[in-house]
Amino acid sequence: MSAFVTAEPAADPAVPTAPVALRTAALTRSFGTQVAVDAVDLVVPRGAVYGFLGPNGSGKTTTIRVLLGLIAADSGEVEMLGHAMPRAAAQVLPRVGALIEGPAFHPYITGEQNLRRLDRSDATADPATSPERITAALARVGLTAAAGKKYRNYSLGMKQRLGLAAALLQPRELLILDEPTNGLDPQGTREVRKLIRELATDGTTVLVSSHLLSEIEQVATHVGMMSGGRLVRQGTLAEVLADGLPSIRVHTPDVEPAAVTMRGLGLDPVTHDDAITARLTSVAVEDVAAALVRAGVRLQGLAVERPDLEELFVSITGEGFDVLR
Amino acid sequence: MSSVELAPPTRYRGAFRRLYLAEMRLVLRRRRNLILLGVLALVPVLIGVAVKVSDPGAGDGPQFLGRITGNGLFLVFTAITVSMPFFLPLVIGVIAGDSIAGEAGLGTLRYLLTVPVSRGRLLAMKTLAVASFTFIAVLVVALVGLLTGSILFGLHSLVLLSGDTVGLGSGLLRSLGVVVYVTIALFGLAAGGVFISTLTENAIAAMATTVSIAVFSALLDAVPQLSAIHPGLLTDHWLSFGELLRSSISWVDLARWTLLHLAYAAVFLSLAWSRMTTKDVTS
Repeated sequence: MSAFVTAEPAADPAVPTAPVALRTAALTRSFGTQVAVDAVDLVVPRGAVYGFLGPNGSGKTTTIRVLLGLIAADSGEVEMLGHAMPRAAAQVLPRVGALIEGPAFHPYITGEQNLRRLDRSDATADPATSPERITAALARVGLTAAAGKKYRNYSLGMKQRLGLAAALLQPRELLILDEPTNGLDPQGTREVRKLIRELATDGTTVLVSSHLLSEIEQVATHVGMMSGGRLVRQGTLAEVLADGLPSIRVHTPDVEPAAVTMRGLGLDPVTHDDAITARLTSVAVEDVAAALVRAGVRLQGLAVERPDLEELFVSITGEGFDVLR
Repeated sequence: MSSVELAPPTRYRGAFRRLYLAEMRLVLRRRRNLILLGVLALVPVLIGVAVKVSDPGAGDGPQFLGRITGNGLFLVFTAITVSMPFFLPLVIGVIAGDSIAGEAGLGTLRYLLTVPVSRGRLLAMKTLAVASFTFIAVLVVALVGLLTGSILFGLHSLVLLSGDTVGLGSGLLRSLGVVVYVTIALFGLAAGGVFISTLTENAIAAMATTVSIAVFSALLDAVPQLSAIHPGLLTDHWLSFGELLRSSISWVDLARWTLLHLAYAAVFLSLAWSRMTTKDVTS
């Protein structure tokens, strides 16, 4: 997986070039004067685990609702599994599982009865296989023991699992999971990550939104970053991480001479007590090291640091990640 | 990067029936709804016992009350008469007001729509379910009335309002006609409730507004100065089912009143459809 949208022709014509599971073009939606989704061009390749990132209020959920036809777009287009949405919802949505802004079920019936109701509502679900599929979905999310419990008595984590089970009632080509680990304990969070990996291995495309970047970094193959309704960056995880320039961190007692040398190389160093850091804008790390040694700077340690998604997000948007709009 | 491509989805036969039955199962399993039906069932029992304990004599109270002691069948008509102004509209208001708004409030509406159940289909299913519950509610009053009446007073040939007598079979058939007429009359209100239910995610507000439609209509109907608009009011002919107890039934009048109720339903359902198919589901 090298390019996000394949520009070069594939070597083997029998292998299709990076088919797309989901694509939007200039998708826009306002509420009053607030532009909740602002000209968003999403591209989610088939088979990807697409981390859809942004702080609360950045427009992720509104985008997801527009994708699924729950909210109308003011302008722009949505293509899902090769069809225009929301026009082709009847053909497309049976192949899409979704968890939208938390689970929602009827509190006075059991988890299993809730799944049965959803399955019976699905015109494309085979009534003959319904019991097995429900049992399998409950087992897959580890909810078998609580299947007969009233939904009202579920813990937040159990509710979240039931929401995932509902999304897995049928085989899906695309899963849209909005904050799937909300309310889960660390163990539950790990299980959901494992589940996402398994589904991706089976070939399901997964779009997973989250405001927890470190969580996404562990499962995503692709990421898209939302800020203030705009998609500020998207690409493969490697591509996006690569545009964060690495920094060099030099541990030395000779902070001042080191700073002079680095400035001489065209870097913009920041000095700390016993260390000095600089973003490697134009010079390779080995050249910096050589120059420092030539200048007689005594090195105690030297490291190259790559920014993680969170630091990257802050550097792209210039805002703290948990800033609420 | 491997990916699955599934065959285009096939639709299984009887999908709408399954959708509808799943809804009815949900509605009839809900304790609140069963309590409402229980309250309705109490109405004929209370009237029957009260009449048995002290004969009210002809002329007083709601229509048909004085005839109950002579024929338990009249308990059916009395109980429906007593339930029409408040109890039945209350029950219909709760069920219809809850239909869409309740799902929106819980958040289950977004999951039904992404199953997917198309919006038009969902509205049709909800309307049918509300109509079914309306019929069940009226039927509960009628059947409990029939049972209580037969135990306390016995069932006899029916002496019609015009004085003629018809056999018990004809009497029961006319009772069934009353149930159907009243169900259609209440369906006008139920459709209003479904429309109001598409406007909000607050089910309680939708229920209260629906009940107040009936109350408001009855209020206008009670003001003599507004007699010009009385024939067009939703509730004006709710109690006109007595027509079915005459020897020569005026089918023209019955048809006219029924059409009025269906016209109300048609207007409300058109509004509901236009709202339902365009609204943003943000809950």
